[in-house]
Amino acid sequence: MSEIVLATCNLVKRFGALTATDDVSIELRAGEIHALIGPNGAGKSTLIAQISGGLRPDAGRVMLLGRDVTGAGTVERARAGLARTFQISALAMEDSVFENVLLGALGASGRPWRFWSPVSADAELEARAMEALARVGLADERDRRTAELSHGQRRQLEVAVALTLGPRAFLMDEPMAGLGADGSRRLTGFLDGLRAEAPILLVEHDMDAVFALADRISVLASGRVIASGTVAEIRADRAVRAAYLGEGA
Amino acid sequence: MIPERLIAPLVMGALLAVALWALAVDAPFTITLTTRAAILALAAVGLNIALGIGGLVSFGHAVFFGLGGYAMGILAHHAQSYTTLDLGPLSIAGSKSMPLIWLVAVVTSALAALLIGLLSLRTSGVYFIMITLAFGQMFYYFAISWAAYGGEDGLSIYVRNGFPGLNTLDPIQFFGLCFALLCVALVLHARLRAAPFGLALNAARQVPARVEAVGLSPMRLRLVAFVISGAITGLAGALFADLNRFVSPTMFSWQLSGELIVLIVLGGTGRLMGPVIGACLFVLLEHWLGALTEFWHIWLGVILLGIVLFARGGVVGLLTGKAGPHV
Ligand SMILES: Nc1ncnc2c1ncn2[C@@H]1O[C@H](COP(=O)(O)OP(=O)(O)OP(=O)(O)O)[C@@H](O)[C@H]1O
Ligand SMILES: [Mg+2]
Repeated sequence: MSEIVLATCNLVKRFGALTATDDVSIELRAGEIHALIGPNGAGKSTLIAQISGGLRPDAGRVMLLGRDVTGAGTVERARAGLARTFQISALAMEDSVFENVLLGALGASGRPWRFWSPVSADAELEARAMEALARVGLADERDRRTAELSHGQRRQLEVAVALTLGPRAFLMDEPMAGLGADGSRRLTGFLDGLRAEAPILLVEHDMDAVFALADRISVLASGRVIASGTVAEIRADRAVRAAYLGEGA
Repeated sequence: MIPERLIAPLVMGALLAVALWALAVDAPFTITLTTRAAILALAAVGLNIALGIGGLVSFGHAVFFGLGGYAMGILAHHAQSYTTLDLGPLSIAGSKSMPLIWLVAVVTSALAALLIGLLSLRTSGVYFIMITLAFGQMFYYFAISWAAYGGEDGLSIYVRNGFPGLNTLDPIQFFGLCFALLCVALVLHARLRAAPFGLALNAARQVPARVEAVGLSPMRLRLVAFVISGAITGLAGALFADLNRFVSPTMFSWQLSGELIVLIVLGGTGRLMGPVIGACLFVLLEHWLGALTEFWHIWLGVILLGIVLFARGGVVGLLTGKAGPHV
């Protein structure tokens, strides 16, 4: 089996009486797309937040490239090679599309402490930013204000910013949300190729996309992993059908 | 509508023209007014880096203005009284040299901004406003109670400090100095805004979570912005004290912090020339309306209300036709 890039070990997170993450151990291996599915409120975003560093678990560990990063903040984990996209687009709306990817490239370069020469004069950053834009098909929108983009284009830009980081692993929280059938299909095709660059932990409600993409699926319900396996195994699993696919078992 | 890049030369040209006109018709008081506008503009350019680009609504920037003022006051006081400033084992002579005073003002305010920033930037929103206000009040009351340097009465400096090669007592030459420093600060703002630091800081104001997710620390960006911001406002404080040849605790007052914010909102938040336009308008209103009525602040309030309600981009927004702030 290929190398484990990212793993959670017995992760627990409680919000008062609610256990949003209940003893979750999952792993992401090189070259794969590992889909995380589950009904609304299952704890998917909460898990993503603990992996990316925005939320501290009450117990358990997060391992990135063999290193324990449980105590590390979001910034440190991003620098270590973790790139995420947000369930609700988090983009600088006043800035241009290009400036948003430029920010990603700047983050990847790790050199924001430059106060005098214009960022536009840095050819290396520009190339990196433009490459990411081109890959998601937004090159023509480079000078538009981000606020003017359609919802679907914002989702594409989210992915482009993550690409600029050249990460070791992607965390994507519902990248298809709100995309039309067409947009979903295109993004599915894109993510299919992306896994060779870095593995993807993919939270997604779009079952067509999940079944088309996932090498493995883990099903979360009430904070617990109730099943984990290949697409075929999950499709056949009775507990999953009951809990998630809404079919009487 | 005026293209945005023309605003800077137009406004700076107008300010310079008024001063030169005043020189030609021998109206030194008008030169003093333009100098006052340039200095307040400089202070607000400083605040604009924290508030406009960084989104840090500091209600305590009078701290840096006041520190700059007292740096000038204390150094000049010792120089004119031929006494030394005793800092424990260290004994320092006073000074009447502007460059040295400016250096002390900038370094002192930068250090204060570092300290205040470290303590206050953990909070945000209303809490940040309140903490910075509290720091302002601390310095204000400290200055009032510091009898060695005049306490409530402040310090008078008899002769304006000197600058090599210039006669600073000549109003137009002193104006020239302040104007030049304002230009430097504006260039700094423009460069910094377009530089990698400005891009990251501006994004940290809009979406801190995104900035973190690309591996940059919003907190550090803000701290550095706050320090640069405080240093510039401190420099303005030293000039302000030199303009009046007087420094008193009112330079630390919350009213002054509030006025600096008002200048920026009036002119255009986050816009390069916002603080300059705001300061010029402010001085104009203060002078004209102030001559007509003691309650001119009410009219300032009405104008401000109009701007906030109908022209979020301030005067710059109106001039360029780009309405929102930070465009
Ligand atoms: N900060 C918080 N404080 C208290 N409860 C929270 C907090 N964040 C999430 N929760 C709760 O934890 C549970 C899991 O939420 P989470 O957002 O992780 O679900 P999700 O699986 O991402 O759902 P969705 O599919 O709707 O995005 C929910 O019941 C939610 O209300
Ligand atoms: Mg979610």
